[in-house]
Amino acid sequence: MSIIQIILLLIVAGITGMGSVLDEAQTHRPLVACTLVGLVLGDVTTGIILGGTLEMMALGWMNVGLAMAPDTAIASVISTILVITTQQGIGEGIAIAVPLAAAGQALTIFVRTITVFFVHKADSFAERGNFRGIEIMHISALFLQALRVMIPTFIILMISAEAVGQFLNGIPEVITGGLQIGGGIIVVVGYAMVVNMMDIPYLKPFFYMGFLFAAFTNFNLVGFGGLGLCLALLFIQLKYNTLGGNTETPATPNNVTLDDDLDDDLDA
Amino acid sequence: MENSEKKLTKKDINSMFLRSNFLLGSFNFERVQNMGFCYVMIPAIKRLYEPGKERNEALQRHLEWFNTHPWLTAPIFGVVGAMEEEKANEGDMPGSSIAAMKIGLMGPLAGVGDPIFWGTARPVLAALGASLAIAGSISGPLLFFVLINVIRLTTKYYGLTLGYEKGNEIIKEMAGGSIKKLTEGASIVGLFVMGALVSKWTSINIPIVATRITNENGEVVTQTVQDVLDSIMPGVLALVLTLFVGWLLKKNVSPLLIILVIFAIGIAGKAFGFLG
Repeated sequence: MSIIQIILLLIVAGITGMGSVLDEAQTHRPLVACTLVGLVLGDVTTGIILGGTLEMMALGWMNVGLAMAPDTAIASVISTILVITTQQGIGEGIAIAVPLAAAGQALTIFVRTITVFFVHKADSFAERGNFRGIEIMHISALFLQALRVMIPTFIILMISAEAVGQFLNGIPEVITGGLQIGGGIIVVVGYAMVVNMMDIPYLKPFFYMGFLFAAFTNFNLVGFGGLGLCLALLFIQLKYNTLGGNTETPATPNNVTLDDDLDDDLDA
Repeated sequence: MENSEKKLTKKDINSMFLRSNFLLGSFNFERVQNMGFCYVMIPAIKRLYEPGKERNEALQRHLEWFNTHPWLTAPIFGVVGAMEEEKANEGDMPGSSIAAMKIGLMGPLAGVGDPIFWGTARPVLAALGASLAIAGSISGPLLFFVLINVIRLTTKYYGLTLGYEKGNEIIKEMAGGSIKKLTEGASIVGLFVMGALVSKWTSINIPIVATRITNENGEVVTQTVQDVLDSIMPGVLALVLTLFVGWLLKKNVSPLLIILVIFAIGIAGKAFGFLG
């Protein structure tokens, strides 16, 4: 691995570490992070495939309120580096990624606790009207989150690939095979988290409808997305009586404009 | 001191928009998004208050506890910007009402943003991207990254500008039906696609032989437990498991524990041959 690749990998690690706390551009999601690492290491296809596999597993991992999800940033970056540089399979990738996600979660909780100290410093800057001080505190906290992924990545890069490869090759086939089987099943945890989040009892039939359609048809996901969108529009039109021809409960002009907004938003 | 009315410029709003991309940078367990909120408000505070007591109070006001969905802070920044403007000009707007407005908007916006963005937009686009990526296509990650960011930036930009222009009006609009419709509509798409994913993109295979028949040509035809289940309803095991895990999560069982148990079952299944 060249010096330039190491530098680029550390930059990618920093971006995903910041992405993980910011939750804005989604650079910490496996789909993006693994692809970036693959790109740097000259094997983008492996990165994309591992990214897709891990993304399905992590579909429901989200930060809601004060609850931290397992960390996809460290898991994606380090597992992709190891899979590509030591030529392992996707099963080994999953095997490394899951404990890393748990470790990353512990690390981010640690950093988010340390950040309290920065906040108290910002309080005293605010008393004196010092803008710059508050900004520096905020950006320093963000930088700590970048280091949170950069340092473990650097340590992994310094350990020789052969040693890690030998260790990974030493994992018995029953473990890696079993983890791959588990990886195929584990996606249900993500689905369950997402479904629980939209816990509206009267909308549950749509979940079962999706299941039945998929069980007995050959639609791909684009088809399901489109179908779901049509169902959503129909449901709302029927529920709120905003169909033009309904004379019993005429729609107020106000309702009509609201509905137009809705369409635009859903299309976006 | 000048007497002319103080007003946020287009540049201030744009600067707040840029800074709002770094809102969660200092997420902390004491006051959560507080420092990020203050960081985004700095261009407005700089414009509206002369150095002195009022300015320092404004900074302290925005270092209080704050937490909501990160993308839907945009309309709050807009409304709060408009309120600070009024306070700076008229002086009769108490700082406590600005703080109260922030607290009042936090809950409803998190309640809307979590199901729309974390429950629907991201998992649906991520699943779509992942299904392409597993086949090795770069279009998977690209599609996910571009679409989710178009949705995000559009929401944030219009949320901020609308919140600022309409001020308190926007809250009335939120209380109206449009947000409820949007949440319901998004939830329908999300639930429908999740249902499809449960069936199509979960791989469970039980290769235990259920029946062994010798047909008329003397060939042995075996049928596994999985074949039997698939002939009744493809994906039924995945559905049962999803509902069970959902129930466990509601009972506050840690998702990482569930994941570990599933891996253990996977390894046991491989070792004893009841999963493949």
